[in-house]
Amino acid sequence: MTTVVFEALRMRRRRTRRSRGFGVTGIVATAVVGLAVLAALLAPVIAPYDPNEVDFGLTYRPMEPWALLGTDGSGRDILSRLLYGARTSLLGPAVVVLVAAVVGTLLALVAAISGGWVDRILSRIFDIGFAFPGLLLAILAVSVLGPGFTTAVLALAIAYIPFIARIVRSVAVGEMSLPYLSALVTVGQSRTRIAGRHLLPAVMPTVLAQSTISFGYAMVDLAALSFLGLGVQPPDADWGLMISEGQRGVLQGYWEEATFAGLAIVIVVAAVSLIGDRLADRVSLNREGR
Amino acid sequence: MPRFIAIRVLEGLATLLVSSFLIFGALYLAPGDPLSYLIGNRTLSDEAIAALREQYHLDDPFLVRWVAWLGDVLSGDLGRSITYRDDVLSLLGPRLATTTLLIAYALVVIVVIGVGLGIVAALSRRALSDVILAGTSIGVAIPSFVAASTLISVFAVGLGWFPAFGPGDGFFDRLYHLTLPVIALTLASGSYVIRVTRAALREEAARDQVKAAVARGLPRGTIIGRHILRNGLTPVATVVGLTLTSLIVGSVVVERAFALDGIGALLTEAVAKKDFGVVQAICLLLITAVVIVVLIVDVIQVVIDPRVRERQGIAA
Repeated sequence: MTTVVFEALRMRRRRTRRSRGFGVTGIVATAVVGLAVLAALLAPVIAPYDPNEVDFGLTYRPMEPWALLGTDGSGRDILSRLLYGARTSLLGPAVVVLVAAVVGTLLALVAAISGGWVDRILSRIFDIGFAFPGLLLAILAVSVLGPGFTTAVLALAIAYIPFIARIVRSVAVGEMSLPYLSALVTVGQSRTRIAGRHLLPAVMPTVLAQSTISFGYAMVDLAALSFLGLGVQPPDADWGLMISEGQRGVLQGYWEEATFAGLAIVIVVAAVSLIGDRLADRVSLNREGR
Repeated sequence: MPRFIAIRVLEGLATLLVSSFLIFGALYLAPGDPLSYLIGNRTLSDEAIAALREQYHLDDPFLVRWVAWLGDVLSGDLGRSITYRDDVLSLLGPRLATTTLLIAYALVVIVVIGVGLGIVAALSRRALSDVILAGTSIGVAIPSFVAASTLISVFAVGLGWFPAFGPGDGFFDRLYHLTLPVIALTLASGSYVIRVTRAALREEAARDQVKAAVARGLPRGTIIGRHILRNGLTPVATVVGLTLTSLIVGSVVVERAFALDGIGALLTEAVAKKDFGVVQAICLLLITAVVIVVLIVDVIQVVIDPRVRERQGIAA
C-alpha cells in the first residue's frame, strides 16, 4: 500500500519537474511534425515518381529498391503518393484549426467582455454546438453540397468553433474578474481596447494549446471523411483516401498501401497531441502561478 | 434535485430542437431549389414528385415546413427513401440491431478492459504501470479505420482467425464477427479511458485520508476498495458515459470499414446516393442518442456523487 502513496508523491514531483521544459519526447515530437511539413513542402522535389502515374503492368509490387514502399492497385508509387498526400492531409486540418481558432477566439472574447445576456446566449450556442458531433455535421454538409475537400474542411471548421470558444471563454471570463481589468472597466477604457490589449494576450496560450490538440482531432476526422469517400476525391493523393483504396489490396494480401498511410496518420497525430498536451500543461501551470 | 433534472431535460430538448432545425434546414443550402435537389438526376413519375412535395411540405412557408416535418418525425413518420423505394423506418429497423450490438459490445469492452487496465495501472508497480501507459499513448492516436485495415490484414487475411466482413448469423456468431470491429472502435477511446482511470485513482491515492488510512494500518484491500476506488471511480463513470457518444459517431466509420449492415453504413451509402430523407433520419437518430447519453451521464453523476451536488449548489 505504501508503494501507492510513494508512487503518487513521486508522480507529483515528476509532474512539476516535467512541466518546466518540453523534454526529449517533446523535442522528438516537434521534429516529427517538422519533417512531415517538410515532406509536404518538398514533395515535388523528393518524390521519386509522379503520384498519379498509373501503370497496370506494375500493380501491387512489394517493396523493392526502385519502389521503396511498393506500388498500389493501379501501379502508382506508394512513397510518392504518401509525400504528395502529406499536402492535403496536413493542409486540411491546418485550415480547420485556423478558421475555428480565429472565429472561436473572437466569439469567446465578445462573450467574455459583454457579459450579461450576450454571454448567456453565446454560451448556450457553444454548448449546443459542442454536443453536435463534428463528423456528423460534416456528413450532413457533404450530403447537401456534394463530396469534396473544401466542403469537408469548411464543415469541420464550423463544428470545431465551439471546441475552442468554450475553453477560451472560460479563461477570458476568469481574466475579466481580475482587479486590473475591473479597474480598466471602471476608468472607462473602451471594450475593444481591453479585449485587444489585455484579454487577447491573456488567452493566447490557451488558444495555442487547444488549437494544437484540435489539429490532431481534425486530422483524424478529415481522414475519416476521405476514408468514407466523402472528402478528398480520387485520383488525388490523401492518407485517408489511401487507406480506403488500400483496403481492396489488404483483402488480397497486399498490406503496403493501407499500412503505410495508416502509419503516417498515427505518427503525425501522436506527435501533435503530445505537443498539445505539453502546451496545455504549461497553460495550467501559468494559471496556478498567477 | 427534481429541479436540476427538469432543467437538464429542457436543455436536452432545446439542443434537439436546434439540431433538428439544422438537419432540416441543411436542405436549403443545396444549390438550386430543394425539389430539384431531392430529385437529383433521377427521372420520377408525377405521383412520386407529388409525394416528395407532400413529404417535405414544399408548398408551405419555411417555418411551417419545419414544424410539419418535425410533427411527422415525432409521430414516427420518417418519410420514404427515394433510392430504396421503402419507408425509412422499415429500412432502419433491421440495421439498428447490428449497430446497437456493435456499440453495446464496445461499451462492455471499454468498461471491463479499459477501466480494469486503468485500475491495474494505477495500483501496480512502476514497471507494469509504465508499460500500460506507453501502450495507451500510442493507442489514443490510432483512428478506427487505421486499426481496421491492420486488423483485417493480420487477423483475417494473414492468420484467418476472424472473418473480415459481414455481421454473422445468430447471437454468438454475431459477437464473433463483431470482435475485430469492436477492437478497431475501442482502441483509441479505450486507451483514453485507461489513462483517465489511472490518473483519477492516482490522485485519489495521494489524498490525506488515504495516507491516514495507511498510517492507521488498515488492510490494503480495505484502503483500495473503500478509500481509493469508491471515491476515484465516480469521475471515471462520467468519462465512460461520454465515451459512449464517441462510440455512437465512430460506428459510422467502423461499419463502413468492416462492411457491416448497420445504420452507419446506410448513412454513408445514402450520402453517396443523395438520398436525403435517409440522411436526415439517421442524423436525427444519432444526435438524439448522443443528447440522451449526455443527459443521463449528467444526471447520474449528480445522483451518485454528493460532492458534485455540493460543487454545483444543487439541493438534494
